[in-house]
Amino acid sequence: MNPLVLPSIGLVFWTTVAFVGLLILLKKFAWKPILAAIHEREQNIDEALNKAELAKQEMTRLTAQNEDLLKSARAERDLILKEAKALKDSIINEAKTSAHVEGAKLIEKAKIEIENQKKAALAELKNQVSSLSLDIAERVLRNQLQDKAKQEDLVANLLKDVELN
Amino acid sequence: MDCSHVFKFKVNRLIVVFALFLAFFSVASPAFAQVDSAVVAQDTAVVAAHAEEAAHGGEHGSKKFEPTKVIMEHIADSHMWHLWGHTSLPLPVIVYTQAGLDVFSSGNFHHGEHDYTSAKNTYRLVEDQVKIVGADGQIDEAATAHLYDISITKNVAAMFVAVALILIVFISVAGAYKKRVGKSPKGLQSLIEPIIVFVRDDIAKPNIGHGYAKFMPYLLTVFFFIWINNMLGLVPIFPGGANVTGNIALTLVLSLGTLLIVNLNGNKYYWKHILLPDVPWWLYPIMIPVELIGIISKPFALMIRLFANITAGHIIVLSLISLIFIFETLAMAPVSIAFVLFMDVLELLVAFLQAFIFTLLTALFIGMAVEEHH
Repeated sequence: MNPLVLPSIGLVFWTTVAFVGLLILLKKFAWKPILAAIHEREQNIDEALNKAELAKQEMTRLTAQNEDLLKSARAERDLILKEAKALKDSIINEAKTSAHVEGAKLIEKAKIEIENQKKAALAELKNQVSSLSLDIAERVLRNQLQDKAKQEDLVANLLKDVELN
Repeated sequence: MDCSHVFKFKVNRLIVVFALFLAFFSVASPAFAQVDSAVVAQDTAVVAAHAEEAAHGGEHGSKKFEPTKVIMEHIADSHMWHLWGHTSLPLPVIVYTQAGLDVFSSGNFHHGEHDYTSAKNTYRLVEDQVKIVGADGQIDEAATAHLYDISITKNVAAMFVAVALILIVFISVAGAYKKRVGKSPKGLQSLIEPIIVFVRDDIAKPNIGHGYAKFMPYLLTVFFFIWINNMLGLVPIFPGGANVTGNIALTLVLSLGTLLIVNLNGNKYYWKHILLPDVPWWLYPIMIPVELIGIISKPFALMIRLFANITAGHIIVLSLISLIFIFETLAMAPVSIAFVLFMDVLELLVAFLQAFIFTLLTALFIGMAVEEHH
């Protein structure tokens, strides 16, 4: 056979020695620390990325929460304002109605009072008029019945009326 | 997975192809061996003739350029590391013979021109193979058969350089991780980290699934070992240039590693698929051998793929360079350089691609072995 394809024992021996030696030395002093370091660093990177992702999510969550808070605060404010307005309106309305009622009552009272006063005044007036007219009639009668003639005339007239009846 | 059926079909087809390939290989290899030995004999005759001619004439100019020899010398392993010209770096020779272990410098061979006699044996370098020389001055084939050459050859030395480089780079990067805990990467760290993450996220995770972490050290080591060695092989000057990943011995070891890791981690579904496949019982005599061959053929394919790709790349680059010397004209140089430049850029891609494919397929095989069927 061609010497090229005949493995020589010496080279086989030394290659085995060199390769196995290289394998053992590299495994112990190179591959283990290198692979461990690469693995560790990759894990660190993954972890960092995960953390960043989590932080991002947390941020979004916080932002959303803030938004919600703000929204609810705004809603609450609106509600309070609305309530206050309603309260104000109701107070005003109440005041208005009560004022109306009160006014009406007062007017009613005043009317009644006025009526009463009118009645009283009318009564008074009637009394005054009757007494005045009695007075006047007394004075007229006294005046007219001062002389005898006239008294007789009167009696005659009265008697004439009675006769007619 | 929806596509897993298609894939299984493909894998089965591949297995069949490889089985046929293996059969062909085993039948054909004696024939190849004969042809090769004939060629070698012819080569040696030619070299001898040239050497004689050179010795007699004393003129180097008349020596004919042999691209095959030059290229094969660069592709193959060597006991010396050729630096430039006639300067080579001698490397240690370590041989285990019946007489015991012998360690000496390859410089003692003086480029194969001299024999070296140690306390135990006399050695001779023939075609870059260490042989034992008997008392009669001839090569002692019987003793050579029991010689185990575990020398630090060029490829071994280049591989050690790569290993040292990888260790320095990655341990320093690991130090940076310890120093800068939890911080972003910096400098070399930021160059290496994307590749590690690429291996993890694009190779291991999608193919193996949740139990991928256990196999990461193997996958990363294989990936960077192949890649760095591929790229060092592209550097033409010392300490690069060796055809490390284009050597079948190295790819054999790597694919054996994959074979072991896949089969040692295979779960009961994996073994059931091999030993009791979902086919009518009378197909078992065909299916079980095919599946068993599949166990071997998958890493075998890995071995051949890496070896062939890298070797081919080196051969092409060297062939293009050789063109200058074949045509014996400087006018050829710009063309050669342009092609070499293109090939080198392509090889840079191939260097990464082959490392990626080896790792990807290893991860895929592991994934198939550890996949849980519900």
